[in-house]
Amino acid sequence: MAFHKINITINGGLEQVVVPSNMTLMQMLRENLALTGTKNGCSAGECGACTVLLNGEPVNSCMVLAVECDGTNIVTVEGLAGDQQLDPVQEAIIQSGGVQCGFCTPGILISARALLDRNPDPAEEEIREALVGNLCRCTGYVRIIESVKAAAKV
Amino acid sequence: MILDTHPALPEFEYIRPANLAEASDFLAQHPDTARPFLGGTDVFVRMRDGFMKPEFLVDVKNLDGTNELRFDSRTGLTVGAAVNMNRVIASPDVQAHYPLLAEACRSVASYQLRTRATIVGNLCNASPAGDTIGACLVFGGVLHLHGVSGPRQEPLSGFFRGPGKTTLKPGDIVTAIHFPIPPNGCVGKYIKLGRNQLSDLSIVGVTALGHKDSTCSSGYRFRLALASVAPVPLMPAEVETYLANNPLTPDAINEAARLASQACSPIDDVRGGARYRRQMVRNLSVKALTEVWKKLD
Ligand SMILES: Cc1cc2nc3c(=O)[nH]c(=O)nc-3n(C[C@H](O)[C@H](O)[C@H](O)COP(=O)(O)OP(=O)(O)OC[C@H]3O[C@@H](n4cnc5c(N)ncnc54)[C@H](O)[C@@H]3O)c2cc1C
Ligand code: FES
Ligand code: FES
Repeated sequence: MAFHKINITINGGLEQVVVPSNMTLMQMLRENLALTGTKNGCSAGECGACTVLLNGEPVNSCMVLAVECDGTNIVTVEGLAGDQQLDPVQEAIIQSGGVQCGFCTPGILISARALLDRNPDPAEEEIREALVGNLCRCTGYVRIIESVKAAAKV
Repeated sequence: MILDTHPALPEFEYIRPANLAEASDFLAQHPDTARPFLGGTDVFVRMRDGFMKPEFLVDVKNLDGTNELRFDSRTGLTVGAAVNMNRVIASPDVQAHYPLLAEACRSVASYQLRTRATIVGNLCNASPAGDTIGACLVFGGVLHLHGVSGPRQEPLSGFFRGPGKTTLKPGDIVTAIHFPIPPNGCVGKYIKLGRNQLSDLSIVGVTALGHKDSTCSSGYRFRLALASVAPVPLMPAEVETYLANNPLTPDAINEAARLASQACSPIDDVRGGARYRRQMVRNLSVKALTEVWKKLD
């Protein structure tokens, strides 16, 4: 199987990575770059724990090949916070108690950030729809939705 | 038995051709071992599950204009193969002239999956449950293809041959789907019956499109497309004919819905029984047709 050398911007830094054809973006982030904030919940596009931003849009990184990402810009949960402060959705999810085990949280944060970037003032329905692809086994979602509402006000 | 719940993708070679001609040639030279892909949201799942073992995955995104979403007020809408569903949903042209297409896309999976999933992939996957197929059928979609002998067009209505089976030949790549200008004042409705409200595959899908038409005796013309109730997506002509030729009343709609359920040949599977599906086709057809009719008047 062939290996491909790709150039990719991750959380603002340029990386050069050598990846086999069948490596997913999720595997590359976790295994080659040790960015383990991105979680593997299902490897099937169902759970959303692996959600990252690809050129500003959220994708299931388990459903994208690393080699397809040559020349793209990736943001993972590790890249959400600034040097000094958390992203408003991170702050809000802590304040609202929207984290229990935390496994779904990185994906939720990325989906929420993407929603607020395209729609700074979403209605509750729009928040729910944007998070349909992010499963949470712990919280029952209510506090997560509250935290996105709170972050929208910031 | 150890069940691997997180299977990695099996080995394959990733091929990125420079243009459509190169892509068609490669696919034609490897008819049994190469597969085209766009978003990969069907292909990767099937490969992980072991149903598909391609030696080569040919990336047909971004080739020769397949990334274009174009509306022309004379000829209609062209959705390039690589255009993802979120782009279709967000397009002001789609919202203005083909809102039913946006509605169908919105019912697919989740936002992040739709960043990758495409309408053309949904069509080529040829699942009878494909959520965008109904809208593409009722809008009279025409496929733009590229094969070893160059470009050609084919109506979508003849494209499906069975679950996962289409008229595509080795080397064929769908480059776009084109829709003519929809009938004046038309109204559409997609009802997806799933196990939950959003993001699951349909147990039954009913798509209706209607418009006023003084050239037929009822004064109305309807198209109905049915998903998940036969080996291929259905567009029963008898429903169309019946509603064009009989005065439009609640009884006529009931009869049309009966004809629709008669046209189906559903199966029992994990998502629903055949008998249930047939009954749901009838109920949901009444619902969809009535809703469209009410909006037309
Ligand atoms: C978690 C999850 C949820 C899903 N939910 C839904 C849902 O609710 N409704 C629904 O309808 N679907 C659903 N799907 C299925 C899938 O997302 C859709 O069918 C999607 O539209 C496929 O598009 P794609 O671009 O990813 O196709 P791909 O996977 O890239 O390709 C699909 C098929 O088409 C062939 N193909 C691709 N491009 C071409 C081309 N240009 N020319 C010829 N053949 C081609 C491929 O070889 C393959 O057989 C879901 C999938 C997942 C993983
Ligand atoms: S790990 Fe990617 S969606 Fe679950
Ligand atoms: S906090 Fe545990 S899965 Fe969401």
